[in-house]
Amino acid sequence: MGLKNHNPLDNIQYRILDKNGIVLKEEDLPKFTDDELMYLYRTMIFSRIIDEKALSYQRQGRMLTYAPNIGQEAAQVGSAYAMEKNDWLVPAFRELGSWLVKGVPLRNIYLYWYGNEWGSYMPEGIRLLPVSVPIASQLQHATGIAMASNIKGEKDVTVAYVGDGGTSEGDFHEALNFAAVFKAPVIFVIQNNQYAISTKGSLQTASKNYALKAIAYGMPGILVDGNDIFAMYKATKTAIDRARNGEGPTLIEAYTYRLGAHTTSDDPTKYRDDSEVEEWKDKDPILRYRIYLMNKGLLTDEIDESMKKELEEEVASIFESIENKSDTEIEDIFKYHYEVMPPQLEEQLNEYKSFLEGGK
Amino acid sequence: MANTLNIVQAINQALMNEMELDNTVVVYGEDVGVEGGVFRATVELQKKFGNTRVFDSPLAESAIVGTAIGMAINGLKPVVEMQFSGFVYPAFNQIISHVARMRNRSRGRYTLPMVIRAPYGGGIRALEHHSESMEALFAHIPGLKIVIPSTPYDAKGLLIAAIRDPDPVLFWEPKRIYRAFKQEVPEEAYEIPLGKAKIIDEGTDITIVTWGAMVRDVQKAAEMVKAKGIKPEIIDLRTIAPMDRDSFVESVKKTGRILVVHEAPKTLGVGAEIISIVNEKAFLYLEAPPTRLTGFDTTFPLPRGEQHYIPSPERIAKTIEDVVNY
Repeated sequence: MGLKNHNPLDNIQYRILDKNGIVLKEEDLPKFTDDELMYLYRTMIFSRIIDEKALSYQRQGRMLTYAPNIGQEAAQVGSAYAMEKNDWLVPAFRELGSWLVKGVPLRNIYLYWYGNEWGSYMPEGIRLLPVSVPIASQLQHATGIAMASNIKGEKDVTVAYVGDGGTSEGDFHEALNFAAVFKAPVIFVIQNNQYAISTKGSLQTASKNYALKAIAYGMPGILVDGNDIFAMYKATKTAIDRARNGEGPTLIEAYTYRLGAHTTSDDPTKYRDDSEVEEWKDKDPILRYRIYLMNKGLLTDEIDESMKKELEEEVASIFESIENKSDTEIEDIFKYHYEVMPPQLEEQLNEYKSFLEGGK
Repeated sequence: MANTLNIVQAINQALMNEMELDNTVVVYGEDVGVEGGVFRATVELQKKFGNTRVFDSPLAESAIVGTAIGMAINGLKPVVEMQFSGFVYPAFNQIISHVARMRNRSRGRYTLPMVIRAPYGGGIRALEHHSESMEALFAHIPGLKIVIPSTPYDAKGLLIAAIRDPDPVLFWEPKRIYRAFKQEVPEEAYEIPLGKAKIIDEGTDITIVTWGAMVRDVQKAAEMVKAKGIKPEIIDLRTIAPMDRDSFVESVKKTGRILVVHEAPKTLGVGAEIISIVNEKAFLYLEAPPTRLTGFDTTFPLPRGEQHYIPSPERIAKTIEDVVNY
């Protein structure tokens, strides 16, 4: 079934590319150039290498807690690639692929997970909000950004992410309701990776899927195979075009799987079977896209190997550029709470500095 | 040109002025559009500025604040209303987790020029949750500013300053005195700087720090004790955070005594902070124990009991005498 007749109540995932890399819906296939096709592959590989390296640095005690994205690259890269440069991206915290598409330098991303706020200082021109730790609270910011675009008569669209667990929060409801009532140009992407830390989807909702929740809000809902980069792109692009055209918000559920742990502090073997993980490895979003590109003659093992080698070196060099030289400046802890530092804060800063300097 | 206005009219005029001067200012909340707010603070705004800039929102405090964050990030200056300050708790997460932190989290890339207005305090014979004074909850949070005016003139000037402030401001309006008295208020926009207290009565015997609706009660009490030869110095704090510490520290150095009067509960209230500051900065000037006269550490009673809760001018006068005669 195509997107036009998609009904989330049918509980059928929208899919273009199957797990064997075969195109199911030729008519829906995005018209990407070869360069674009390779860019998408490279970005997914980049994301995975960043994750794998971060996990290994973490194990070596060189990195702090880290939330890997492995298995969700297509859901992230595919949806973000449908955005225009001026569109706003409002992340939760597991959207590395989207950040890369948006142009956030890896240095920022690693600096954030390394424990320095400067990681969240987005370079000018990149409309992306910092990581939002309180689950689903960011969706309201997305709706507000989109409402402001409407009020100002601007055509920018906002894309916001949340996880399956986040749909249980009240903020999810309020954000979607506001968005629909005010026809805000915002797309909500649920990355349904099956687990909220250890809690399964069946304990988050009694709905058949998350996408159908859109119906009650009065907006379209699309249930997508989140491991199919083409379907993710197509669904998001359709929703974005619709929003830009003044037709309001859309809810997209990317049905995917977190192949790794919630974060490095989590042990997923406690709450899921290896067999389940193995099954999903077979549906790895990169695997099927790789086959597609190889069948198309765009990718060879040699190109693949050299690309990975080059990216691994880049990732390592960026990590080394921040490692052991990213301690927070004392002033920075105080400086950014208000435009002008109140006397109380100034006094606390000065007292502490004078203690450090051995003064009285 | 000046008009004679009460507090709620002065607030309305401040919004009118700023919406006229700055088309990025938008006003929304529950019943603020068509009806003009349950206290009529936003009356006529929608008629004048249209329903794109002044609108009724769904009934959801968290989203009212949460969407205002997004709007502020995207170039607007939202002034949102919580229908009562006692209804703000669903928005607590947005205020504490995001309103207060966005500037710091993004190292100054995203700032939030926004105002959250709410009618505040007791004394209007209302239902549960319509009467409380919980300013200390917010004053404790790094990154927030909280303002409580006590006169029409101040309400207008402080609200305009709050709207123009580059950082988020909680503007809590003492609804007990919304319509209690009128004052000459200039028709044009003017600012009263945030973070500056005001000495409203000079004296030499005791410093009394207060704010909001309690200011008038303290003034009444002051008249009573003046008859007995006591000369109190009354400071209207106006901004609770960041607090104008110099105002009362300097005053205590002159009077040697301090009494804080607030409507909110005593334990860990703003009075505790004020007295700590006095102890740190003016300890050797003190001639009597720094004292608080406040609401009780109880839930604000329903109307048949509220007269017991809010410190009366008589009780304030008695406490002033106790401190002065220590």
